[in-house]
Amino acid sequence: MGKRVAITGFGQTHHSARRWDVNGLELIQEAVTRALTDAELTLKDIDAIVIGNMDHFEGINYVDTWSVEGSGAFLKPIFKVTTGGTTGTTVAIAGYYHVASGMFDNVLAIGWEKNSESDTTGAIITCSDPIWDRFSYSGAIPSLAVEASAYMTRFGITERDAARVTARDRTHAVNNPYAHLRTAVTVEEVMRSSMLTDPIKLLDICPRSDGAAAVIFTSEEKAEKICPKPAWIHSVSVRHDTTWFGDIDYVQMGSLESAAREVFRLADIREPLKELDMCELYLPYSFAGLKWMEAIGFCPPGEAPKLLWDGVTDMGGNLPVNPSGGVLSTNCIGATALLRVGEVAHQIMGKADKRQVPGVRLAMATGFGGCFWSDALILGAERP
Amino acid sequence: MLIRSWERDFNLLAMEEAAHMPYYWAMGLDGSRFFHEIRNSETLIGIRCPKCRKVYVPPRMVCGPCFARMDELVKLGSGGRVDAVTLVNYPFIDPDTGHRRPVPYIYGYIKLDGADNLFSHIIQAPSGVTIKVGDRVRAVFAKEKKGRIQDISYFEPVLK
Repeated sequence: MGKRVAITGFGQTHHSARRWDVNGLELIQEAVTRALTDAELTLKDIDAIVIGNMDHFEGINYVDTWSVEGSGAFLKPIFKVTTGGTTGTTVAIAGYYHVASGMFDNVLAIGWEKNSESDTTGAIITCSDPIWDRFSYSGAIPSLAVEASAYMTRFGITERDAARVTARDRTHAVNNPYAHLRTAVTVEEVMRSSMLTDPIKLLDICPRSDGAAAVIFTSEEKAEKICPKPAWIHSVSVRHDTTWFGDIDYVQMGSLESAAREVFRLADIREPLKELDMCELYLPYSFAGLKWMEAIGFCPPGEAPKLLWDGVTDMGGNLPVNPSGGVLSTNCIGATALLRVGEVAHQIMGKADKRQVPGVRLAMATGFGGCFWSDALILGAERP
Repeated sequence: MLIRSWERDFNLLAMEEAAHMPYYWAMGLDGSRFFHEIRNSETLIGIRCPKCRKVYVPPRMVCGPCFARMDELVKLGSGGRVDAVTLVNYPFIDPDTGHRRPVPYIYGYIKLDGADNLFSHIIQAPSGVTIKVGDRVRAVFAKEKKGRIQDISYFEPVLK
């Protein structure tokens, strides 16, 4: 069993479609500086660093060493971790492992991406198998569309149901000064947006953003000394399967089901809908806000639309989902899942400003990547 | 002295680069065999796991969930059922060519007869025909076979 670990600091950049005012290193430095300021620490206090992005979006290799000016890792222990969309949760979990091992007191986890530096879809296609899948594959949007097609057919889910997910997240984003898209949209506006790949329309899918995030993980001995309300890690789970697109079950979301079951078991959560106070879920497209809620176990299969339309997941509902505006408002891919973790930590620390959910004691963050693999974390106000 | 300032009137610059980088991806014994069977007899083959009995297409050496080596090749039908499908309608750069891939096109996951997993490919339908989950499709093979996925030109609907 590892040692207890808490998050004591979180920083993020102001995200946008194109941050040409900074290069990648400078973007990373912006998030790192804000995380250090948030934790009231200096770089001297940081014992080790984990960093991640997706190499082929920027065409930069050895990001761990390339980025030392931005990360502050000059002659410090640093590892790079790259796992696709889950990169952000994977760097978080790797940062947690570092501290839980007892070998480091303060570890900085960094996720970043400059999606403006390449054709995002073209780059994503290079993730698919060059012999079998690359010819027909057309990036993230169609692979999500085929999932939606299977899910809609099975449960009679409508495009309108999905549009309500975008409307929720985009409405929440208005309260987040860091979000890339900060204008609210309505269900009707989503329905009227142009069809990209059936049934996904422009407003059903996340944007591509430039941005970075940094989260500081601290040992039990130090956490309460440096932070009045640290966000404790209660449980984590990593569930990565294969990259054969044809081996995916497009009806079930097996990796997320398995990750959720694991974090709930480890944190002794039996009724997640009642026990959790809020969530930051990696929902890259609107239909995920239905199907993946069911995979997590918030409701039985096919019943997520009711949860959604009843307002349960809105701000002020029983389980606000994505107070930050979520992935549908900001998607700097290597940072996206780490933003979920950092946002949850700030909710527990009471630092979420206008997007604060009152009295958050227990909350969940998830990451999603590539061929439908998942990470999950439970964070809490109480020492586990 | 030059002062770093936002007031100055200049454009932020970015350097453009489009690199061509050749790769050679080994297909292994089973992957190579798949394309040989198409060239020889327009037959699709899969492989069965000795532990879970699942039949995979394309054939590969190891069943991931069982971590078991597979040897038993299985002849599959060239027809199957569409399990998931979409119409791609937005422009993007195809990394294989460096140019925009022509859209719209239909892309789907097909449960080939005799296989337990899905096979990804494009589907061509006559105009006015939409492809839905559950539809029957069959492989249309290329005249000239080169040992690549385009040796199956596309799948087409089996019209009732």
